[in-house]
Amino acid sequence: MRELKIFDNPANIKRLLIALFIFLAGLLGADFLIHKHAHFPWETAPEFYAAYGFLCYLLLIVLAKTLRIFIKRREDYYDQ
Amino acid sequence: MISSLPPALLFLVGAALVPLMPRGVKKAFMLALPLAALYMIWQTPLGTSWSFSFLDMQLVLLKLDRLSRVFAFIFLIISVIGFLFALKVEDDLQHSAALCYAGGALGVTLAGDWFSLYIFWEIMAVASTFLILASRTKAARAAAFRYILVHLFGGLLLLAGIVLTLSAGGGVAIGALKLEGAAAWLIFLGIALNAAIPPLHPWLKDAYPEATPTGAVFLSAFTTKSAVYIMCRVFAGAEVLIWVGAIMTIFPIFYAVLENDIRRVLSYSLMNQVGYMMCGIGIGTTLAINGTVSHAFCHILYKALLFMAAGSVLTMTGRSRCTDLGGLYKTMPLTAIFCMVGSASISAFPLFSGFVSKSMIVSAAGLQHLTVIWFMLQFASVGVIDHAGIKVPYFTFFGHDSGVRASDPPWNMTWAMGIAAAFCLGIGIFPQPLYSILPFAVDYAPYTGAHVVGQLQLLLFGALAFVLLIYSGYYPAEIRAINLDFDWFYRKGGRAFARLMDRGLNGINAASDRWLVSDLTGAVNRFARRAPVTISKGVMIPLWRLVGVRGWPLEQKKRDLERGMAIGALPVGVGAAAAALMTLIVFVLS
Repeated sequence: MRELKIFDNPANIKRLLIALFIFLAGLLGADFLIHKHAHFPWETAPEFYAAYGFLCYLLLIVLAKTLRIFIKRREDYYDQ
Repeated sequence: MISSLPPALLFLVGAALVPLMPRGVKKAFMLALPLAALYMIWQTPLGTSWSFSFLDMQLVLLKLDRLSRVFAFIFLIISVIGFLFALKVEDDLQHSAALCYAGGALGVTLAGDWFSLYIFWEIMAVASTFLILASRTKAARAAAFRYILVHLFGGLLLLAGIVLTLSAGGGVAIGALKLEGAAAWLIFLGIALNAAIPPLHPWLKDAYPEATPTGAVFLSAFTTKSAVYIMCRVFAGAEVLIWVGAIMTIFPIFYAVLENDIRRVLSYSLMNQVGYMMCGIGIGTTLAINGTVSHAFCHILYKALLFMAAGSVLTMTGRSRCTDLGGLYKTMPLTAIFCMVGSASISAFPLFSGFVSKSMIVSAAGLQHLTVIWFMLQFASVGVIDHAGIKVPYFTFFGHDSGVRASDPPWNMTWAMGIAAAFCLGIGIFPQPLYSILPFAVDYAPYTGAHVVGQLQLLLFGALAFVLLIYSGYYPAEIRAINLDFDWFYRKGGRAFARLMDRGLNGINAASDRWLVSDLTGAVNRFARRAPVTISKGVMIPLWRLVGVRGWPLEQKKRDLERGMAIGALPVGVGAAAAALMTLIVFVLS
């Protein structure tokens, strides 16, 4: 069976991440070039979506990890 | 034959014939049937047909308008893809069940009256159960049992609502209802159960991951989306759905983050997507309804694609848990690519299908200035990029190398995924054909600079957070565990209830036996035997006391009374005997 090994090489992962960072920087720059037509005033604030996306993601993970403390059970929980 | 039967019945007849067919014919038939039905719906002008009178009700088996037609199209398209995916499955039970299920979904969509809708609704419930049972494992049997019980309950709610509507003089024709009164609420709850609206949702995440790899593809398409369709038809603009929908987009994403089984992650993700649709139905404007319908269309394709990718992995490796997977891109590159197309579509990346449909619903919320709802929907969008956009492909195909080496699945499964992926990209790049078949004329441009940049920022800065969290080790580890959800109430709670009923009712039973049957009856029996003595004593003793009998003479009188009663030698008895004799003499002489 033929095997791809592209991500076995750490350098390739580094390249991928650098590409992501460059694209993100481009998105931050593009924010100033576009014409914004907003439903809400905060949508026209600089980099609103970038900040909201980043913060929501962190909030989601923090809340999910907190939730896990209460709802996690063994896999055979319902078989007992 | 095609034109002599309504399309839904065509599928039911097909389901009965499939087990009798030779193998080659069967495969061709399963692909040809939905294609033929698709052509038939395409050729049918809007309007009603197959209408007939039954028990004073006007039944309509094919009501084609702009709303039902879109759903009929997508149900048939996904049937073609689903049967292609399942083509090499050697199990007539699954094929027949899937055909019945597709027929039921089509019947619900095209029904013009409540009566036939209900019949097809129940056909769907029963047929889909067999797609879960067909896994033939203990866990699947248990899940299928819970699934059918929950759906029969939902069906009863719907039926009760329909009966109440009819008995209140409402027509049998399906039309918009105001959400007031018991009848409308019962119908609403019946539909809500099939749409998996929390807290009526756990059947979905309980049962879908236990279905067969191919069965899950059909399951992901029909039940919830036929509920979306009928909700759209009957309760568009019901404001409660705005909030219910927004909560439904958020509630499941926390579970999806924590869940270990990929198909269960996808099940939670399915609920999240249906949440957008419910919210759109609640908003009820033409833009929101168009958004809901187009999102249902796109969603069926990319969700089926994701379930096909997970199903391919399960078929080829026998595994579906994140903890057991990883690094599969090395030997399953096509499956990995198709999965990522599905992930990009559900995450609503520009150029993929979710982008051109979901944004209509979010924009509709914005246009109505529903501030909190708008923030909730955007938050949920970030949640989607986490669990369906990144987690599913990352932990399955990349991440930690599990050492599992399996090849891409057989050609039919690969092609089925490829076709679904092509639809996802095609709709994302050229949304116009989809927009042209929506219920209302579309005046919406998804590809504006602000929208594309805003959406990419939202998603990719979320992805940036993922990268940082993974490298910092804070991202929740994949662990072999389950998470409690509302099904706890009927799984553990049900058991406790059974125990309570066992101890409680059987306890009452035992106590009743002891006290009523043994003790009380004995007492009654004793009382009945001694009644003459007791009653006489009760009457006589106070009388004797009254006339001054005390002490030893009183005891003597009591003993005389008891003895007299026992042998029937009482003065009153002599009197009665004399009276009876007199009566006899008079009777004989007269």
